[in-house]
Amino acid sequence: MQTAFKTRFTAVLALATLASLLQCGCGDSGTGSKGSAGAAPKVTIQNKGSDTMVNLAQAWAEEYKKVAPDVSVEVSGGGSGVGIAALTKGAIDIANASRDMKPEEIDEAKKNTGKEPKEIIVGYDALAIYVHKDNPLSEITIDQLAQIYGEGGQITKWSQLGVTIPGAANDEIVRVSRQSNSGTYEFLREHVLNKKDFKLGSRDMNGSKEVVALVGSTPTAIGYSGMGYATPAVKMLKVKKTASDPAFEPNPENTLAKTYPIARSLQVYTLGEPKDEIKKYIDWILSPDGQKVVGASGYVPLPHK
Amino acid sequence: MQVTLPAKPVEQTLLVRRAKRPNWSVLIERALEVFIRLCGVSAVLFVLAIFFFVFKEALPVLTNPKFSLSQFLFSDQWYPTSEVNKRYGVLAMIAGTFSVTVLAMLIAVPFGLGAAVYLSEFCGARAKETLKVVIELLAAIPSVVWGFIGLTVLSRLIVKYTGAAVGVNVLNGGIILALMSVPIIVSIGEDALKAVPDAYREAGIALGATRWQLIWRVLFPAARNGLLAAVLLGVGRAVGETMAVLMATGHAVHIPHSFLDSVRTLTANIAAELGEAPAHSEHYQVLFLMGVLLFIITFLVNLCADLVVRGVRRK
Repeated sequence: MQTAFKTRFTAVLALATLASLLQCGCGDSGTGSKGSAGAAPKVTIQNKGSDTMVNLAQAWAEEYKKVAPDVSVEVSGGGSGVGIAALTKGAIDIANASRDMKPEEIDEAKKNTGKEPKEIIVGYDALAIYVHKDNPLSEITIDQLAQIYGEGGQITKWSQLGVTIPGAANDEIVRVSRQSNSGTYEFLREHVLNKKDFKLGSRDMNGSKEVVALVGSTPTAIGYSGMGYATPAVKMLKVKKTASDPAFEPNPENTLAKTYPIARSLQVYTLGEPKDEIKKYIDWILSPDGQKVVGASGYVPLPHK
Repeated sequence: MQVTLPAKPVEQTLLVRRAKRPNWSVLIERALEVFIRLCGVSAVLFVLAIFFFVFKEALPVLTNPKFSLSQFLFSDQWYPTSEVNKRYGVLAMIAGTFSVTVLAMLIAVPFGLGAAVYLSEFCGARAKETLKVVIELLAAIPSVVWGFIGLTVLSRLIVKYTGAAVGVNVLNGGIILALMSVPIIVSIGEDALKAVPDAYREAGIALGATRWQLIWRVLFPAARNGLLAAVLLGVGRAVGETMAVLMATGHAVHIPHSFLDSVRTLTANIAAELGEAPAHSEHYQVLFLMGVLLFIITFLVNLCADLVVRGVRRK
């Protein structure tokens, strides 16, 4: 009968769909091999971490694809903290960081994976202090920065720095900062605030580019980000260690000469000594080809030995 | 004439001759019934399971002697990654969630209910269909796109027309959340108004009520449960929204003094910091405790509304 056939057909169809779904769910999803060549024709390297370095890491990945087409490097940001956390869990191969790993993070990595993280410096960066292009201020001292950004700091208005912003209704300094997972945030806290805490109430942006974008659209703002993120809407302040020292501009020469006070190294971390494809990738990054990409992205390449 | 009865009793003969449904058909029907029951019960199961999981992750920090719950709830100092002085105070973020949600509801409820009334009472059939489709489209826009609109378009408008220092603030977040909640309020409100029998409207008109009197005095009281449910769902969406407020509120730990101040909401804070917090560390557990807090806030809002509905019903 027609109805008997229909019910039987529907039942068989339902069972077949269920069986195929179970097959897909239980099947081996096959995660990318961690740099061990020979098992799969295509090798994937998982690279995660610093938002400061994310454009650079992406540029490296694209250039390296031309050198080694069967190796694919997957890059994502999230902040140095996120990359290091993923590395300590053993979830990624290379972590990008614009700050050093803390001792407790190294211990955590040893505990979770049994391997000690290895640090490889791949370039240098100057932490630039950005203000709106119409801001008359041109220099700032480390102490003034600590007073602006640090908890208990006394400087809250532009008039305290001796400038008036043209066309601004309010004299209050709008502080633009990064969220706490950022290596840039940690670096500023360590080197400018001397490990003291930030003042609450700053606008905490997700990435390096957002900081510069907000400063560029807000005449009374001040922010910090990598010098490679400069746009025509902002200008970088010259920084001096104390009021009596000369002020230096954030550029590659001052970064390598260490005359710019807030310069930092950019590094990658791997679990243990890098091997096979990961080692080849990092060796390429340290080679002149890789370093050329560093310079082109707005950072400072390693000095020639 | 003598009637010869069959040898077997009548019932047995009838039973033997009646056609039987095949066994597998019965089994499948029973299985489907079990499955449908499971689906119905699963909603409750999922809520309980989620609450259990979140509470389990947050529990260790509550029993930690160094952690002070009063500091957590009443201090506005949020320094979870401090090297010198770790403090976990979420008052500023509770104020952030509260201020953005209240502003969003102040904007969304009049607009949403007004639109629902327009769709239900004033609209012609064709305009109604088009409008309903467009409003559903508004609901389909992903929240991260809303956040992006708030960050780029709305922030510039706010700076231009209100002279605020920064365009990402409570006002920006409130407008975006209102735009996200309006489709929900309109959909469910319109359904609630449609459910009011026409007899009410006809009785009102027969007694000489004006259109506004009809809506305000007859329809709203009659549909109040559904309208309250609509507003509650809108509030639920506003409180739970993460991506849009992460981008549109400025993400500043700061108790707002005006609508033009930047704030941080509980949801945005969890989203921004959970990726970096080492698993099962104190920071991680405190973030889950913030999740429990969000649960409690939503539960309290629903409880209040339930009591209001019951109180109104008793009158």
